[in-house]
Amino acid sequence: MTVNWRPTASIETLRERARLIATVRAFFAERGILEVETPVLGQGGSTDVHLVSLSTRARTDKGQRRLWLQTSPEFHMKRLLAAGSGPIFQLAKSFRDGEVGGRHNIEFTMLEWYRPGFTLAQLIDETTTLVATVLPSFAGPVVHYRYRELFHTHLSIDPFTTSLDALRTLAAERGQMSIHALKEEGRDTCLDLLMSMVIEPQLGQNELSVVVDYPASQAALARRHQDADGEWVASRFELYLNGIELANGYDELTDAEEQRLRFSEDNTERQRLGLPEVDVDEHLLAALQHGMPESAGVALGVDRLLQLALGKARLEDVLTFSTPNC
Amino acid sequence: MANYSTNEFKGGLKVMLDGDPCSIVENELVKPGKGQAFNRVKLRNLMTGRVGERTFKSGDSLEGADVMDLEMEYLYTDGDMWHFMKTDGSFEQYAVEKKALGDTVKWLKEQVPYTITLWNDKAISVTPPNFIELEVVETDPGLKGDTAQGGSKPATLSSGAVVRVPLFINQGEVLKIDTRSGEYVSRA
Repeated sequence: MTVNWRPTASIETLRERARLIATVRAFFAERGILEVETPVLGQGGSTDVHLVSLSTRARTDKGQRRLWLQTSPEFHMKRLLAAGSGPIFQLAKSFRDGEVGGRHNIEFTMLEWYRPGFTLAQLIDETTTLVATVLPSFAGPVVHYRYRELFHTHLSIDPFTTSLDALRTLAAERGQMSIHALKEEGRDTCLDLLMSMVIEPQLGQNELSVVVDYPASQAALARRHQDADGEWVASRFELYLNGIELANGYDELTDAEEQRLRFSEDNTERQRLGLPEVDVDEHLLAALQHGMPESAGVALGVDRLLQLALGKARLEDVLTFSTPNC
Repeated sequence: MANYSTNEFKGGLKVMLDGDPCSIVENELVKPGKGQAFNRVKLRNLMTGRVGERTFKSGDSLEGADVMDLEMEYLYTDGDMWHFMKTDGSFEQYAVEKKALGDTVKWLKEQVPYTITLWNDKAISVTPPNFIELEVVETDPGLKGDTAQGGSKPATLSSGAVVRVPLFINQGEVLKIDTRSGEYVSRA
């Protein structure tokens, strides 16, 4: 058997990659945002039910420990914020098991940055400015959408008030899934299916699409607030270009008690689904307890940004060695 | 049969879907920014040959289908069933129904090897070789000298297929045909 040892990206693409990374660093340097490097390994993992964390064992001076490979550098960066770092950014290797495809690789590069004192709207502006800076060929407008409005426009339903039965029926039909497979699924699975299969492919066409006001149940580590209609929504945004999700930002949750509750709810849900429980990051909780400044933060997929910039069909085309050709 | 999870869905994997054996054609992970991941899967139904799309929650699984492809020579038909014999020296024979034979019925020739797809040891489809040599049993007389220019006419072959052939072809000639397109390639 011949072993294919060659890189999955061309050398020319790697030059483009280096140029893009240099542009990103210059963007943050101009704004006085500190570049940091935090560990890939941590004692706590991501409890997010929809993420599969990798873990490893290490012999430390405190004995044999299970350490988690980060799904994003969020927890370590928030600990820096609590320690008074001020605005920070990082290009961080992140890992999500099982995520393999044209837009996914198990190991990938995340650009993540935090802005103490920023509102979500200010961070959205900065994020779209960054994308316009690194993709100068892209000249379209930035268009804002509310989650509810997207479902009205593309599916003629209200995602907050439509009955669960009606959601399941619509999701099965438009998402090409068997109704049987959805019969025990809740609202969020149906909404996620409709969002991924019907709405997302239509976003970011000749524009940068910003989506806000996600259902409160989809807040993850974002705060929640009441929107103009009095509905509780997540203080979170997503950015789309060419139907591809590029970035996810939050008005960050800073309340330690609320954070502990969300971690434990995640682990309860993990138990219910028969998924392994994940060690809660006590360091993060202690840092929040100490006090983290009000901040907005965002994570952006660098590999996808490059994929869009170069018009590459698959993510592996912009990676030196995609998993498992590594 | 074993169960296969969505991350094991590779092109060519045979699985059961809605009671029919299917072959995976493509599998793509689809995931909203946060939340549930899905796999959008393109499958070929091996009973009907039709390709369709279906979405699964990532991590869901399907039962494997006991499907295999075997090479067999065509022997004869009794009008009801079409009989084939394995080419592995076992002389084992399989009877194939008309439904499973499908369009291949017009490309049958004795002693030619075909690919028979078996599901639970029952033939569900028959694929002819890409090229097959068949005799012209009926066509208008050939035009002498016309060996170069275009122009074509229908010819009925020994298997029953009707194909377009160049004007110079005569009854009794043996032709090489591409079974995928149903087009004339050359004189054999």
